[in-house]
Amino acid sequence: MLLQLEGLTKRFPGGVTALDGVSVDLVAGEHLGLVGESGCGKTTLARIVMGLVIPDQGRVLFEGRELVSAKERRGLFCRKARMVFQDPFSSLDPRFTVRAILREALALEPRMRLGEELGRMREVLGLVRLPPDILARYPHEFSGGERQRIAIARALMSQPSLLVLDEVLSSLDVLVQQDILTVLEEIPRRTGVTYLFIAHNLRTVRRLSRRVAVMRRGVIVEYGGCEDLFSSAVHPYTQALFKAAINYEVSA
Amino acid sequence: MPMETPRGETGLAWQRFMKDRAAVVALWILGIFYAVAILADVAAPYTLKDESREHPYCPPTAVHFFAPDGRFAGAHVRGVQMTYDHFRRRIYNETADIYPLRFFGRGETYRFLGAFPADRHIITVDAPGRIYLLGADSRGRDVFSRIIHGARVSLTIGLFGVLISFSIGLLVGGIAGYFGGRTDHVLMRLCEMVMMVPGFYLLLALRAAVPDSLDSLQVYAAIIIILSFIGWAGLARVIRGMCLSLKERDYVLAARTMGLSDLQIIVRHILPHTLSYSLAAVTLAVPGYILGESALSLIGLGIQDPYASWGNMLAEAMSIVRIQFAPWILWPAFFIGITVLCFNAAGDALRDAWDPLLKGRGEGA
Ligand SMILES: Nc1ncnc2c1ncn2[C@@H]1O[C@H](COP(=O)(O)OP(=O)(O)OP(=O)(O)O)[C@@H](O)[C@H]1O
Ligand SMILES: [Mg+2]
Repeated sequence: MLLQLEGLTKRFPGGVTALDGVSVDLVAGEHLGLVGESGCGKTTLARIVMGLVIPDQGRVLFEGRELVSAKERRGLFCRKARMVFQDPFSSLDPRFTVRAILREALALEPRMRLGEELGRMREVLGLVRLPPDILARYPHEFSGGERQRIAIARALMSQPSLLVLDEVLSSLDVLVQQDILTVLEEIPRRTGVTYLFIAHNLRTVRRLSRRVAVMRRGVIVEYGGCEDLFSSAVHPYTQALFKAAINYEVSA
Repeated sequence: MPMETPRGETGLAWQRFMKDRAAVVALWILGIFYAVAILADVAAPYTLKDESREHPYCPPTAVHFFAPDGRFAGAHVRGVQMTYDHFRRRIYNETADIYPLRFFGRGETYRFLGAFPADRHIITVDAPGRIYLLGADSRGRDVFSRIIHGARVSLTIGLFGVLISFSIGLLVGGIAGYFGGRTDHVLMRLCEMVMMVPGFYLLLALRAAVPDSLDSLQVYAAIIIILSFIGWAGLARVIRGMCLSLKERDYVLAARTMGLSDLQIIVRHILPHTLSYSLAAVTLAVPGYILGESALSLIGLGIQDPYASWGNMLAEAMSIVRIQFAPWILWPAFFIGITVLCFNAAGDALRDAWDPLLKGRGEGA
């Protein structure tokens, strides 16, 4: 079991319950899609997984071990689990070149020789289909889609086994979304990484993952194989989501 | 966004800065001042220890090209003869003696940059001739030379002071803003305590705490430390405010998930983004330190004779009568003024150069 979330609960000051007892399991090689409307707590969940937010209750287990302190996380988790953020315009430091950005992802890796490091950079840029000659350039010289690819490349630098993708497509236009989806489809085949793929519609989730969890107001209301849910969704919210996805496919 | 050369924000801001004429001129002037200060021994006609008791308050020496008999004699100065008028006021009259200006000629010996002995000066005249380009003070010392030597003290005290106090301010502000909570609370109360005391009184109080029996280098270091102690709090508060919002940026979160330490994140991803503000603030703060040193030295608590600083040179100009008969002893004030103006112009331009970036950030570009 790659990742286990057990009874995660998070309330923010002000009385918002972002998560209310969320438990999900993630098996290596079986990508999990997490769907839900805006504000249902998806980002909060991702941040808890990554240790950026401390949950009020519940546990996060990575490869069977619970991660409590920051030090424990740094040991293995920080290298083996990476996150790509929603907004590619704010997830890259504007003062860093692509090369420095990618290099930073190796902060916890054993020191590499220069050639090795460059090789790794070329490799991950290849995975996201960016030319290797962009290393000296700065984020402001790239489009949103390109930046998102750089962010994905950065997340792949340490050869992680878990990749948390938090609505990585939602700030991009439709054509660019397709490109990045294609890239994302390929990556697991070549690296063996497992996704926790967060989105707010089922359509994109279905292309990447066979397992889906549907979340609503901080609670997981449906969880199962994509095709099973398709035929036997119980929750009206899930049914509505499927309807939306099908309509889209018909009209598109 | 196609571009000929890859440039970061810093490069773009620098381009904008260079478009500001006043700032570029200011930067050049400061550059020249600092270069002269570094090369003070060569640039000044006389050393710090030089004095000539026969020439108290000698007015600025005129540079002539023609000898008294009308024949061309090259750039030279004349000898001077001091007499008293019937009010017992000093009168200087030029004699017919000719002392040609020597460029890079031999003069008094000194240790170049404190290391190897040398005796060349950009401009000198042979003894017993004297050259007082900006006049002489009460002991017949060359004001021009002393301004150049004093620049070493006055110009560097500002830089070192700012360097220290802003390092403290950046770090304290960065830590308070990044960690928040109790750390923040304690550090900010500390800042407020420092800020509450009016600067000049704090300066005097701290100076009083330093023993009088220090040599000039120690006094110099003491002044820097005292001035830094006053300056850091204001910056710390502003930096803290900026950090509060900067630490929520996704690239900071990303760095955290990648296992960078808090200190690494503060230094790499947070403080550099306050640079726009702090660089301008630093530049705008330097004049405060220069004036602080001047004020201390003026009232005799700073750099002591025979060492020169622009402040202690002005101590002589505290009597209106002396200013009336020897207005040239006010020259240090002129240089303090120019320096302060230049730093202000450069600081303003720096701030303006960064501003569009601050506005544009977040929407891309
Ligand atoms: N730091 C915070 N302080 C207070 N409330 C917060 C904080 N972060 C999130 N929330 C609240 O928690 C709830 C869940 O937010 P979250 O960002 O997890 O939603 P989301 O599912 O990612 O939404 P979206 O699809 O818009 O990204 C929201 O109501 C939000 O307002
Ligand atoms: Mg979100």
